[in-house]
Amino acid sequence: MRAFTDHPTEASRFVSDGERAHWHDRALWFVRAKRDRASETLPEWERLREEAHRIKSHTMKHLAWYLRLFEERATANGIEVRWASDALEHNEIVASILREEGVERVVKSKSMLTEECGLNPYLQERGIEVVDTDLGERIVQLAGDTPSHIVLPAIHLKKEDVSEIFAEHMGTEEGNSDPVYLTVSARKSLREKFLTADAAITGVNFALAREGAVTICTNEGNADLGVAVTKLHIASMGIEKIIPSAQSLGVFTRLLARSATGQAVTTYTSHYSAPEEGARMVVVIVDNGRSGLLAGEESPILSCIRCGSCMNTCPVYRRSGGHSYGSVVPGPIGTLLAYSRDGERYSSLPFACTLCASCTMVCPAKVPLHDTIYRVRKSAIETPTYTGKRKALSLIYALLRYRPLYLTAMTLYGWAVKYLPRNLLYSGYNVWGRDRDMPEPARRSFSRIYDDIERREDG
Amino acid sequence: MRVALFVPCYMNDFHPDAALSAYEVLKRHGCDVVYPRNQKCCGQPFLNNGMHEEASEMADIFLSVFGDFDYIVSPSSSCIGAVKYRYATLEGGERFDSLSRKSYELCEFLHDIVGVENLDFQTPFTRKTGLHDSCHAVRELYLSSPSELNIPRYSKVEAVLSRVPGIEIVRPQRDECCGFGGGFSVMEPDISVMMGRDRIDDHSSKGVEVITGVDASCLMHMEAIARREKRNISFLHIANILAGREKGDIRL
Repeated sequence: MRAFTDHPTEASRFVSDGERAHWHDRALWFVRAKRDRASETLPEWERLREEAHRIKSHTMKHLAWYLRLFEERATANGIEVRWASDALEHNEIVASILREEGVERVVKSKSMLTEECGLNPYLQERGIEVVDTDLGERIVQLAGDTPSHIVLPAIHLKKEDVSEIFAEHMGTEEGNSDPVYLTVSARKSLREKFLTADAAITGVNFALAREGAVTICTNEGNADLGVAVTKLHIASMGIEKIIPSAQSLGVFTRLLARSATGQAVTTYTSHYSAPEEGARMVVVIVDNGRSGLLAGEESPILSCIRCGSCMNTCPVYRRSGGHSYGSVVPGPIGTLLAYSRDGERYSSLPFACTLCASCTMVCPAKVPLHDTIYRVRKSAIETPTYTGKRKALSLIYALLRYRPLYLTAMTLYGWAVKYLPRNLLYSGYNVWGRDRDMPEPARRSFSRIYDDIERREDG
Repeated sequence: MRVALFVPCYMNDFHPDAALSAYEVLKRHGCDVVYPRNQKCCGQPFLNNGMHEEASEMADIFLSVFGDFDYIVSPSSSCIGAVKYRYATLEGGERFDSLSRKSYELCEFLHDIVGVENLDFQTPFTRKTGLHDSCHAVRELYLSSPSELNIPRYSKVEAVLSRVPGIEIVRPQRDECCGFGGGFSVMEPDISVMMGRDRIDDHSSKGVEVITGVDASCLMHMEAIARREKRNISFLHIANILAGREKGDIRL
């Protein structure tokens, strides 16, 4: 993987292949449109969003209490509960459990948390094979790539790309990019991996405190298959995945799939409340910086249910691609997650946004995404990367504040646009002018025209 | 009814015709309109870039200039959005609450305060008109129903515009951002231009001759792209259409 520089640079790279960028935009807009239609099937849609927001805010406010309740109930059900304060501790816990059981191969369903923790490389370095079983994640894993979307991890790849990757790693027919052929091939290859696996790792969509159970939503049934064929199930969850009870779950399952892909419900919505007889089930609860957000202005992002709808609707994400964010979770929610984790490294992300507010409007948990991006710009502009921008804005401020300076600047600008030779006016330094003409100021400003209006009305 | 006309700083210099149109439209509909002479930028560029100290100073100037009027009306939804909702995010932002209640975008004012049934536009407009829904108008001021929400469909802007004799209004496929975004346009030039071009293409594909909207900034951005690419499409601020005034015409 390339090192991350900043969003504009990464975005430029993605956009330079105009055809692909447009295809990416259309593919995700299609999902957004499906989401719209699905939401319209429920007259109570906006009330559901409000309710989800209310439940999540309530749970976050009483997070410690709910987490303890979950631990107590889950333990009573026979589930082992382990706590990890950060990514490394999470990986160590998982690795030690796998070692205890002598595990050599793990099948893993989609979990952004394990991506966040870098679990795959951690285990592989210790001689444990990890097979991602979600089709999109499997494609990305074979390609040695990273997910570019949390629900559609391989959305940056076209079927022709997938055909090449499969031909190289699974020996499929070269040049055959028929989606059915490719999917069947992946399924066959994965089936063998499932049958020879020793343990299953899954994510968690919702943890039900009162029931001490976890709910996992997939479209491929890969999480269930992994759990069914192995004797060890490790489910990793962030502390924010907790909700009060199965009663509140209905609000979220109705919102999740509709928001994510426009389906009424995910194909599989499975509830795990105890290990099978003779099997082991461990839930690892991970903080990794989350609790630090609880008191701050970024706290609303803990209500996110990872549906990905903010990505699908984001006009920037759709055109710049998920990798342009340089973090596991891209798009509007990813911007906030990454920025809250490392403000300097990700200082360009809060500015990779036009504040169009579409993300906030689609968010099923009503996370005020664009408002929070707006708020964190206050600290982002103070990072070293933006010293120049700050200075430029200070200059604009001086101009706007002191009229004579402003008038002089406008006169100079007008003169430049009118008389400068094109190659000077549109030199490489003029970022606006690379693909856009410079707007010309009018001959007279409105304040001058208003002088005439006043004169006329007085006379 | 004492109405203060707020003309965004860039409109004052680049689009005085639209500002003049806004003035005329308000005047024609019985408002006692004044253009307070000491007005400056609302501070939006600083608000949106996290420079709250500078923004605070601009906001205080705005308050001192406009605080005493019954209504503040502006031919820009993004500036009004800044006054209505972003001033509150400044330290001690409560002092701007009174501004928030009486600030209106031009079409919003015509729709909510003047009343659609009282609108009287004389000059017909016969070019096929694409209406650009700007983000702040839709998703901040709720001048129309955002396509993201499951709520009854409406558009105050379209309701006002459709009172113009002979007008044919076309809606694009998407109510998506044009990609201007202030500083975004120069910090993310490639994405910004692609977004603008996509908006133009959306309108063009429906045979639109002129793109209009309530924000001169969005139009300016799209026009800058269209000009460079020599597109056969023009741009006109909605106030001009309502006032029957051609672009660049500043005759009184």
